[in-house]
Amino acid sequence: MRIKPIAAAALVTATTLALAGCATNETPAAGNTSASGGSQTLTGVGASSQKAAQEKWVAEFQTKNPNITVNYSPDGSGAGRSAFIAGAAAFAGSDRPLKDEEMGAGKFAGCAADSNALNLPVYISPIAVIYNVEGVTDLALDPEVVAGIFAGKITKWNDPAIVKTNPGAKLPDATITAVHRADDSGTTNNFTDTLNKLAPSVWAAPASDTFPADFGGEAANGTSGVVQAVTGGTNTIGYADASAAGSLGKASIVVNGKPLQPTAEAAAAILDHSQTVAGREANDLAYSLDRTSEGVYPAVLVSYAIVCQTYKDSAVATLVKDYVGYMASADGQAAAASAAGSAPLSSALQAKVKTALDSVK
Amino acid sequence: MTEKLTRPPTADPDAGPPAQADPRRPGEAIFRGLATGAGITILVILALVASFLLVQGSPALFADPAKLASQGYGEFASWVLPYAFGTVWAALLALLLAVPVAIGIALFISHYAPRRLAQPLGYVIDLLAAVPSVVFGLWGSLVLAPAVRPLYEALNAHLGFIPLFAGQVSGTGRTILTAAIVLATMILPIITSLCREVFLQAPRLHEEAALALGATRWEMIKMAVLPFARPGIIAAIMLGLGRALGETMAVTMVLSGSRNITFELLTSQNPNTIAATIAQNFPEAFGLKTNQLIAAGLVLFVITLAVNSIARWIVARRAEYSGAN
Repeated sequence: MRIKPIAAAALVTATTLALAGCATNETPAAGNTSASGGSQTLTGVGASSQKAAQEKWVAEFQTKNPNITVNYSPDGSGAGRSAFIAGAAAFAGSDRPLKDEEMGAGKFAGCAADSNALNLPVYISPIAVIYNVEGVTDLALDPEVVAGIFAGKITKWNDPAIVKTNPGAKLPDATITAVHRADDSGTTNNFTDTLNKLAPSVWAAPASDTFPADFGGEAANGTSGVVQAVTGGTNTIGYADASAAGSLGKASIVVNGKPLQPTAEAAAAILDHSQTVAGREANDLAYSLDRTSEGVYPAVLVSYAIVCQTYKDSAVATLVKDYVGYMASADGQAAAASAAGSAPLSSALQAKVKTALDSVK
Repeated sequence: MTEKLTRPPTADPDAGPPAQADPRRPGEAIFRGLATGAGITILVILALVASFLLVQGSPALFADPAKLASQGYGEFASWVLPYAFGTVWAALLALLLAVPVAIGIALFISHYAPRRLAQPLGYVIDLLAAVPSVVFGLWGSLVLAPAVRPLYEALNAHLGFIPLFAGQVSGTGRTILTAAIVLATMILPIITSLCREVFLQAPRLHEEAALALGATRWEMIKMAVLPFARPGIIAAIMLGLGRALGETMAVTMVLSGSRNITFELLTSQNPNTIAATIAQNFPEAFGLKTNQLIAAGLVLFVITLAVNSIARWIVARRAEYSGAN
């Protein structure tokens, strides 16, 4: 039969494809220091919120260290954490620190048996409440009102609760279209956490990557999708990274009687007013965010780099210290601010991250 | 059709049954092998896709509901049902919008337009099929949605008593009706092209006979063209439906999708489609969530397969008395 070789070839091709499909779950070994010509590779996996910043950091870092290749795949925080736990990534980018039950010596395949993980904040981004209402250029909203709007309880722009904080604005008698993220994201997680912390009476749902389905509203895909839906619609409101807001109005959030704009300073201040999670190692900088402090813009996304205290492979440790050290340095933070519009870490915090990284072996 | 009619009725005695490969005619055997191989390949690919979906999706399909609730997106059947509904609903709406227009265009090209106009028009329609879906998505979300919003307001104000147009009109216009319009635009060229080809195949003699008996042009089309073309039209519609069911990018960009079942066309709360749900959630999914999304892909695969099988069945059933032979 003549068909045999062809069918066999087809089978081989198809099988290869299928196997390749399976293999996508396996990330190449992390921190592969194959010393071919002294070139080294560092692998990080994690939050897509850090994507723009990581691209900038990688470019700058590799220019300074031409023999080091850094790969950061923005597969999402959850993927990053599981890759780090499995030892497939030398460091993880995550929009939240590891929880207490996730921490513990010996739980991380890439770390030494007696080593715990360290959570280091490296990226802070304010989340702006963006709006597009004709004739309104200035908007200040109480957290309860923001929660009410996104929960579908406040439905008109001239609702007394909105008028109260904006006595001078010409608010139309129009229905509010609240736009949220259709996809799971750390932005949604931090935004819902903010509403839950500041307006628990209106927003009882705990923080979650997925916008609560019961609250209705309009969904759009990704940060750009939300910004575009708010821009293209009328009488719309949404939330997105402040750097992506473009020409849209950004509402001030009234905290303790003071309206606050999502500026870099007001956002970065959150870590100076927050406490680190209790019961962690001295060098672990996992923060439980205090979104209610004076002068702190509450809706802030803090993204972490998760590293080992002690790496199995000391060469990987050196690479991580160099690269994450650069990320948290004044230079690195300035680069991220210019490329991604993030809020630079305060110099005190930069010093803390440096101290923590110095302890990494 | 013409080739079929002009083909000599008696088979060439030299050809013989193709199964016996004649050693003096290697071309016969090689071609047969190639054709059979190609046929087998498509089956193998289909089987591999199905097994990939089954293997990767099964952890979610057979997982404990409690585990799915904590690590996945929630209990599978109730999670996927609104999306399956949205997929079928959006595709049906798109068909409803596209089919009359497509048949109209095809009839115009095949029977009404002067030849000089018909040919370029045919090319333009085919060109429309080559526009990538992401471009349709951009157009839908940036241009179409804001443009149709006032129309939706009017529909809602005057026809709001019809459940389809009830509810609170979306402030952005990114509703399932907008998505259906975009989908309709995307499937229009496929249906038009196929219908045009089928209409052109209608036996000339039948048409002329109808006209000679005093039928007007429309009556001639009704009597001679449409009955002949019916299986072709159905096949074209099913191809269009297949594309509408699987369309991902355009829906992802245009539709404000949520997880609910509603027939309201103009609100912010629209049932999302399976393909768009996978596209939106896959980048951040891991572990059981990935499995669950792939399992949703399996559901989409089954829906598409069912639709195609039904189409095949209809075409096969109708072919016998299509009126042409």
